[in-house]
Amino acid sequence: MTTADAVRTDRPPALARRERARTPATWVRRGGLSSLVLALPLLLVFGIFSWWPIVQAVVMSVQETNLIDPPTFVGLENFLTIFADPLLPTVVRNTAWFALLALVFGYPVPLVGAVLMSELRRRKGLYSVLAYLPVVVPPVVAVLLWKFFYDPRPEGVFNTILGAVGLGPYSWLNDQAMAMPALVLEATWAAAGGTVIIYLAALIGVPSELYDAAEVDGASVWRKVWHVTMPHLRGVLFITLILQVIGTAQVFLEPFLFTNGGPNHATLTVMLWVYQLAFTSIGNSFGEATALSLLLAAFLAVMSLVYFRLTRSWSQS
Amino acid sequence: MTTVQTPSSLRTTQPAPAVPGDVDARVRRRRRRLVIDSGERGALSTADWRRPLVKHTWRSMHLVLLVLLVVWCLGPLLLLGKFAFTPTQDIQSTPLAFFPNGATTHNVEMAWTRYHIGQFFLNTVWVAVGSWFVQVLVATTGGYVLSVLRPAWARALHWAVLATLFVPAVVLLVPLYKIVVDPPIGPSLINSYLAVWLPAGASAFNVVLVARFFDSLPREIFEAARMDGAGPFRLFRSIVLPMSRPIVGVVSVFAVIASWKDFLWPFLVLKSDAVKPLSVYLQSMANVDKGTLMAALAISTLIPVAMFLVFQRMFLRGAGLGGAVKG
Repeated sequence: MTTADAVRTDRPPALARRERARTPATWVRRGGLSSLVLALPLLLVFGIFSWWPIVQAVVMSVQETNLIDPPTFVGLENFLTIFADPLLPTVVRNTAWFALLALVFGYPVPLVGAVLMSELRRRKGLYSVLAYLPVVVPPVVAVLLWKFFYDPRPEGVFNTILGAVGLGPYSWLNDQAMAMPALVLEATWAAAGGTVIIYLAALIGVPSELYDAAEVDGASVWRKVWHVTMPHLRGVLFITLILQVIGTAQVFLEPFLFTNGGPNHATLTVMLWVYQLAFTSIGNSFGEATALSLLLAAFLAVMSLVYFRLTRSWSQS
Repeated sequence: MTTVQTPSSLRTTQPAPAVPGDVDARVRRRRRRLVIDSGERGALSTADWRRPLVKHTWRSMHLVLLVLLVVWCLGPLLLLGKFAFTPTQDIQSTPLAFFPNGATTHNVEMAWTRYHIGQFFLNTVWVAVGSWFVQVLVATTGGYVLSVLRPAWARALHWAVLATLFVPAVVLLVPLYKIVVDPPIGPSLINSYLAVWLPAGASAFNVVLVARFFDSLPREIFEAARMDGAGPFRLFRSIVLPMSRPIVGVVSVFAVIASWKDFLWPFLVLKSDAVKPLSVYLQSMANVDKGTLMAALAISTLIPVAMFLVFQRMFLRGAGLGGAVKG
């Protein structure tokens, strides 16, 4: 910003005079109009479907509205209703539990897989195709298929497999304690491949001189992996961690299709609650739904900010 | 930020050309091998690979990984494929047995004829095509203005686009619905494909990706074209667009995958059967006969998986790029 200002003041006087003398005609001749026309798709689409809804979110959160009658201003009432709702602690706890489980299941596995795969000398393509395959399965298909796998009867797919080693039968999605881990397991299956590919792409960038240098110093294989390969992934690991948390905090599909928030609200997440508040008869309040989504967004923003502050010194690699 | 460098490991893994007499192919293969031997390497050196202990440890780790990948990633899909041809009572009672009462095509026929999977499939294609077009149009024209034309207001526009990257999707859900129900111009967009196509275009990620790519194009070519009298539109159509084929490819892959995956938004705005995409329809099928459901799921998986296997390099490159840009 400051450099640009400096440049502007340093301009030769002739140019500055011409700018002062700018008329609509010179603006058009210098391509001002064509820039505007070319920017039009972006301006329209972003204006109507991104910038305006963001403003609307704030407006709607202080309104009582059903999208038909004219909205009425209610101040912070929507926020207060959300805070007073006995479901709020449950929903927050469930969402945090989902995010935590997703980290425990889904964070180390792609990392180990990618590091192993980066040492492959042949058939790397086969491995990455296999790893990425679940990512291209439509998520609704994946959930409905896994829902069938989680059949609570002893004849269910997972219960048959576990029965072979003398475990179960488990009631999976009907069990309050087990439902959430079951959801996360499917979500991990669906998403891990994408993370593997991101890590693989990052691992290609490790300069081979670093390995050569480590070998000159007599480093063993494991030391090379630990002291050269892993540090190189640090930046990507920090980013994927925060992106995964932001993503899992907004999980909707799995709780909606697997359990619809049940059993006994054990899988009701924030996003599902936003949906129920706005679009089902449970709440039918668009105001409360936007208030809740703004709260989640604010929390995520603060969390990311703190995260980047805390890790700033480490992530610069 | 490096944008469209092909990750070289993926480049080296493309299937070797099959024609033995093809000299070009042989040269290419040799060059590829040279690349492997010279620059690229992992933590394990050639010397490491010669040591028996290291070799056997890593070989067996790779083998275990392969088995895990097959069971964990491919297994559920193989099962789904089997279910599609298994009589419903067998699916229910002995899901893992290998066709105890024979295979059947009844499920597939039911899914196709009675539940019109094909029709919903076409709807999905239509949703994807429109989203793709809007995304490419917005990203290329927007990126061109931000990176090449750079009018005085480009900086402000750039920040306004970037800022939306930091707004989580959850915030937009309800207000976006309100705008689609009652848009500033025209009638309600509920049950209109526009309700999915247009919001898809508001992807800051695409715009940033394309603008970064345009930044890397040589300015001299633009200057030369301007000297020859090309205006902004001509420059865009004849110079910038042809040069940006790689990035348009990446944006296209992202666009198609994303619209194929999307559920919640189409579920809210495409309610009538005439426009519903597959994902929304499958969800409403959850209670039909298990055999038919499984066949429908299998059919819905077939095209994305086939597309992935054909265009795997593009998919994998795009996915890796996603991380590179996010990083």
